[in-house]
Amino acid sequence: MSAKHNIKRGVSLYSFQEEYFLRKMSLEDIIATTEKLDIPGIEIIPDQMIVGYPNIPDDFVKKWHGWMEKYGRTPVCIDMFLDWNKYKGRVMSDDERIESIKRDIVNANKLGCTVIRVIHDVEPDILEKLEPTARKYNVKLALEIHAPSYFDSELEQRLVKMFKKVQSPYLCFTLDLGVFVKKLPRVSAERFVRDGMKKSIATYLMEAYDSGTLPSSHQLGKPNEALMAKVREMGGTEDDVYMALMGTHMICADPKMMLEYMPFTSHIHGKFYEMLPDYTEYSIPYDQIIPVLIEGGYNGYIDSEYEGNRWIQDAFPVDSTEQIRRHQVMLKRLLGEE
Amino acid sequence: MFDRYMIVGEEFKNVKDGGKVTGFQVGIRLPYYRGVVLSLIGDMVISVDGEKIPTDKMKVTIGGKTLPLSQLEHEPVAKWEFGNTGILTVDKPGGLKAGEHVVEYKQHMKISYVPSGFWGQDKKTLQITD
Repeated sequence: MSAKHNIKRGVSLYSFQEEYFLRKMSLEDIIATTEKLDIPGIEIIPDQMIVGYPNIPDDFVKKWHGWMEKYGRTPVCIDMFLDWNKYKGRVMSDDERIESIKRDIVNANKLGCTVIRVIHDVEPDILEKLEPTARKYNVKLALEIHAPSYFDSELEQRLVKMFKKVQSPYLCFTLDLGVFVKKLPRVSAERFVRDGMKKSIATYLMEAYDSGTLPSSHQLGKPNEALMAKVREMGGTEDDVYMALMGTHMICADPKMMLEYMPFTSHIHGKFYEMLPDYTEYSIPYDQIIPVLIEGGYNGYIDSEYEGNRWIQDAFPVDSTEQIRRHQVMLKRLLGEE
Repeated sequence: MFDRYMIVGEEFKNVKDGGKVTGFQVGIRLPYYRGVVLSLIGDMVISVDGEKIPTDKMKVTIGGKTLPLSQLEHEPVAKWEFGNTGILTVDKPGGLKAGEHVVEYKQHMKISYVPSGFWGQDKKTLQITD
């Protein structure tokens, strides 16, 4: 396969959260590992791995660029959050939200990043007001589309309308590939059973999800009453109901729809839950997704984003490095690099 | 997300002040994948051997600061960094008896993009050795 494209590979350091949390790997260890794994681009969640964020000490900035040079990596993206509920008794005003994101833009620029993954609860008019700052610092504001939302969801459609009006490359989307979950991650269903879910319910969840027959209320932000009733009917406890809701909060969208919105898509999270020894992902059909990105002329990064640790850490050792390695081998194959 | 790591057993011990045992302490970590300002830390529910500790008997030490739990919601700047261990100190004259104790810890996180936030929980059987 050698279709011409300009898609680049990266990794979100989020993928190493287990080892970092447990202090088994330092930030430098992680960056050194990305070199060993031959992953060119680096994405970081500053709140996760930069102590004191949003105040980044100058000596950290120096160290960061030193690591990028030493290990030959390219800083790509930071992931921001807008903690609009952090002041007691009130929510942040629009001006405060704008100031908070402006600070992220300046910080991204300090770290050499050209993309910010914008958390998915920022309104279009706020992003629009930030366009001049984004332009000034050459940082794209890429709001994350994350399951259960997709391009055709309500907020995303309002954003598209604004993108079309403003016509700026600095206002765009990050797409999380977790919107293409074709099979329920078995690591999650197995965890539910270890946590006490009746096996018949876990099996039902997997079979119903995979066959597209899981009851759904299809309303964002509303509890899936139909599924709750079904789990109770099967003898499930309230804990089972909670796990079933959390564990099936996924969608299997149509990859072809990406084509229409490709001009607005600047960044991609290559979400994965379980890379198998044969270099395929258990739940997400990458072989049906990457060709669409190539066809549509996507030219940003695909950053590996491992999110399986939370499902297995109770019973198995987590080896994020090996999972990321397998994911990158798969990306290289699908991108025709090897 | 990090539930099984929330209770840090190495820090479980009676605490003394001037030769008198005034209570006990336990190490805790938040169940979330990033550091947060203290005001996003919701209810902390701790029980030892099935007995819930009253909130006003606890204080937490994190990043060099010691605060009563009621103060956390007023702290929109100071942070609890990802993976850091805080020390929860419980006011209990005489402390805990030497031997085995079951410690349970439930933590609510007030994360703005998760409607009504989320809970993490951990339960460990630990030893008081002195």
